[in-house]
Order: sequence, then structure tokens, then C-alpha cells
Amino acid sequence: MKKPLVKVDVIEASSKDSKKNSRRKFLKLGGLGLAGSGFLLYSCSEDDMFNPGGEVGRENPMPEPDPDPDGEVFDLGSGDVGILNYAFALEQLEAAFYTQVRAGAYYSGAPDEEKKIFDDLYNHEVIHRDFFKAAITAAAGEENTLPDLEFDVSSIDFDDRTSVLQTAKLLEDTGVGAYNGAGDRIASATYLTLAGKIVSVEARHASAIRSLINPESADFAGDDVIDENGLDLAYDPGTVLADAGGFITTEFTANNLPEPMTGS
Amino acid sequence: MSIIKLLDDFTSEKLTTKSTSRREMFSTLSSFGKKAAMAAVPFGLASKKMNAATMFQENSAVDALQLALTLEYLEAEFYIKALDSGVLDGYSRAEIAYMQISKHESAHVEFLKAGLEGAGATPVDKPTFDFTADGAFDPFNENGIGQETAYAQLLALAQAFEDTGVRAYKGQAGNLMNTPFLEPALQIHSVEARHASEIRRIRGLDGWITGSMRGDGMPEATQAVYNGEENVTQGGVDLTGLTYADDIVGDLNAAVTQAFDEPITAETAVAIASLFIVDESSM
Repeated sequence: MKKPLVKVDVIEASSKDSKKNSRRKFLKLGGLGLAGSGFLLYSCSEDDMFNPGGEVGRENPMPEPDPDPDGEVFDLGSGDVGILNYAFALEQLEAAFYTQVRAGAYYSGAPDEEKKIFDDLYNHEVIHRDFFKAAITAAAGEENTLPDLEFDVSSIDFDDRTSVLQTAKLLEDTGVGAYNGAGDRIASATYLTLAGKIVSVEARHASAIRSLINPESADFAGDDVIDENGLDLAYDPGTVLADAGGFITTEFTANNLPEPMTGS
Repeated sequence: MSIIKLLDDFTSEKLTTKSTSRREMFSTLSSFGKKAAMAAVPFGLASKKMNAATMFQENSAVDALQLALTLEYLEAEFYIKALDSGVLDGYSRAEIAYMQISKHESAHVEFLKAGLEGAGATPVDKPTFDFTADGAFDPFNENGIGQETAYAQLLALAQAFEDTGVRAYKGQAGNLMNTPFLEPALQIHSVEARHASEIRRIRGLDGWITGSMRGDGMPEATQAVYNGEENVTQGGVDLTGLTYADDIVGDLNAAVTQAFDEPITAETAVAIASLFIVDESSM
């Protein structure tokens, strides 16, 4: 199966991200990262397989032929539609993940309590996904709605509880951080509240998954995600899409997402 | 109407006694909500004390933060007293959770106070709290209700406070738009949701809310925390009428209500918090 190729530069955390997260190096996509939120996800062409290190692109004086010569690469868009498409991409990923979880051997052999949690999470993410599709289509038209994405989840062992739970934790925490970091980029109070209605459910998920991984611990709201001010994750879109990009095989760009309103 | 009169009206109905019928309970609660909305609650007083809030275009942002601070005061004091009460078994899942949550709520208090001061506003003073709600509960086992009942009430109140916090912050997000406080408020909001999930799960519930159900073992007095969570229309779309690309497992209506948490207004949040606030001005 083809792997998505994501071109990255490693940079220090920006001030936008919470202090707690500065321990990790952030992956930020190169090339278009001029304003801090531009990035480009490359899908993989056959030619790329000869050069998996990612040394293709603008440095290459003789660019490879466009792998998608007649199609247009979808851009998430600008303004609130851009943010809605961004959220839609993440919900598509989460829904696809939980769909696979429920088809795997871990799930089929799991205790009822865990099955119930994965049934619920699957339901919620499918509902979020299809809600975004309906809402964006109604607001901006089908041509401005992110198409159905394809994913490569071959790095996850759906027969293994640890692999499933760790991936669920990553996706839910990333979802929380993504919505928190996107809030200040939303212009409409209605959409802001909608994002708020969803992010708290993602946080409830993250907490439950974390307590499945490590019951009778503080991990449900652990010091690895909550900082000394009691604040949760907040990620820039560039960070989120770089992290999620490893699972996404459909090419799209996010070159026009709005900047934070307050620059905080 | 003062807070204490409000509480008098509320508790004189003997809400928590078994002799009160379910129907009486609901009618009392609905009229309570109306009274609370009209009452002069601490936030009105607070706004008079405020300096010119130069960082804010509108006072609604300051009001939102003052409401948040009051809720955080309530939570912070609740968890400190809970941990001091001896009601929680040492090293139990509940005690571990309360310690972590207590740390966060106390940090939220300091963070919001600093934020308000930084914006040129005077933070509201911490109210005097009465976690018995004038004798309705005994969560710290101070009045001899017994460890087992105190423990159940301690967890029930934590659930109510956390689920209220999630809804209250959500309800204030719009008032914080275009201010530097929106993002941190969202970051607090999701922490409250993580807390709520764990407390609910310790109590044997799902981490998420189905319909407007407060859940097994929750006192009827907490129903106001859950009213409105049954909403199924989001962004003008009735999600029970949507065609889903993948089949929903089980009851669609239940799943739709779980998938979205609903906001509450400042008035509702104040009404809930006021159950546990002593009005010192009338004492």
C-alpha cells in the first residue's frame, strides 16, 4: 500500500502552543509554511517510492510529473468553511479508525464495557462526520466540501488492544487540541458554539480511553496533556495535519485557513 | 430577590425527602429556575465593582470570566473539602481522581483571577459555599449521614459540578470571541469535560450524556444540570433524520444526543451554583 509522503521541517513550538507541549518537537510542514499555517500534504506517486526521504518538491529543479495532472487538489478553503473542512477531515479520520476497530479481533474479544465504549465512540464520530458533510454542503456547496478521504491505517494492529487504545488516545487528544486551537480562528459565534459542543465530547472520549489504558490513575486528565494552569491542549492546524497526515492518503491542501483572531 | 430567599424557597419544598413526589419536584424546579433568573446574584454586584475593562470591547467578556471564576471557586473549594473529609478511601480511584481534579480547579481559580486583573477588572470575591445546600446533602459526612451515603453524594455533586462546568463554559464561548481569553477558556472547558467523564465512569455511568438523563443515583435537584441535553438539531440539521454513510449502532436518538454537549446560559449556571452559595448580605 502506498504511504502518504509528508514533507516536514522540525521546528520549535510556537508561542501559540501551550508550554507543556514545548517538550516535544513539532512537525511543521515545509514549503508553504510562510505564515505559520500553510502546509501541503503530498500524496505519493509511484516515482516518489524511489525517494522516500521526501527530497522532492520545490528544491528539485526538475519536478516530478504532477501525479494528478488533470484533477484539482482540494483546498480546505478560507474562513469558517476552511475550519469546518479541517474539522471534517479529522472526523473522517476518527470515524474510519473506529470503523476498523470494530472489525478487528481486539474488539470482537473485548469485555462488554470496552465494546460499549468503542460502539459509542464509533457512533459519535460517524455522526460528527456526516453532520459536517451535511452542514458544509448546505453552507458552501458540494464543490467546497472536502471529498471523502482515504486512509492508510496499516500501521495500527487492530488485533492488539494496546495498539488500538494508544491510537485512540492519540486521535482523541489530537481532536481536543485541534478544536481548542481552532476556536480563535472561527468568525461565527454559531460555529464556535458548535465546535464547543463537539470538543467536550472528544474530551470525554479522551478521558475514557486514557482511563482504560491506565485505570485508577490521574491519566484521564494527565500532566502530559494538562499544563500547570490547568489548561488542556491547543494545537495549530499545521501541527494537527502533520500528525494526522501519516494516516491520510488523499491529497489536499490547507493553504487558506484563517489566522487566530487575537494572535494569542 | 436575595440568594438566601431563593434558597429558602427551594429548600422549604423539602426537595430531597422521599415524601415529595416526582411531579412536585419538577414543578418546583421549573419555578426555581425562573426565580433564579430574576434574582440579584453575585455577578450583578460584581460588575459594579469593575474598573474600566480596557482590554474588552464589551463587558460581556468580563462577565463571562467572572461567572467562570465563581464556578471555579465552587469546584476548587468542593474538592479541597472532599479530600479533607475522610469520605474517600485512601489511594482509591476516586481519591486519585479528586486529587488531580482539585489541582486543576485551584489552578483555574488562580489563572482566571490573574487574567481578570490583567484585563483591568477586579475578580469577584469567593462566595461562602454551603455544600449541604442548606441541609439537603451531607457530602463530607459532617452531619452524621454516614460514610456510604456521604460518598454517594460526594460523587453525585462532583458529577453535577463538572457537567455544569462543561455547559457553562460552552455557553460563554461566544462572549469571549475576539478576546485573548477565548482559547484558554476553551482549554479549561475541555479539562472539565475530561473530569466529568472520569467522575461519571467512577459512578458507573457512560462518560457522555444521553438525552437529558442525569443518570442513576443523581438527586432530582441536579436535573437542571441536564435539561436541554436532549437536543438533536445541530446547525439547523435534525440529526435523527440524517442518512448516515455507516450504520449507527443501537438507538440513533441516544447516539445523537451523546455526540453533542449543549451549552447553558449564565442564568442557568448561576441558578445551579446558587444552591451552594450562602448570601452573606442577608445574614
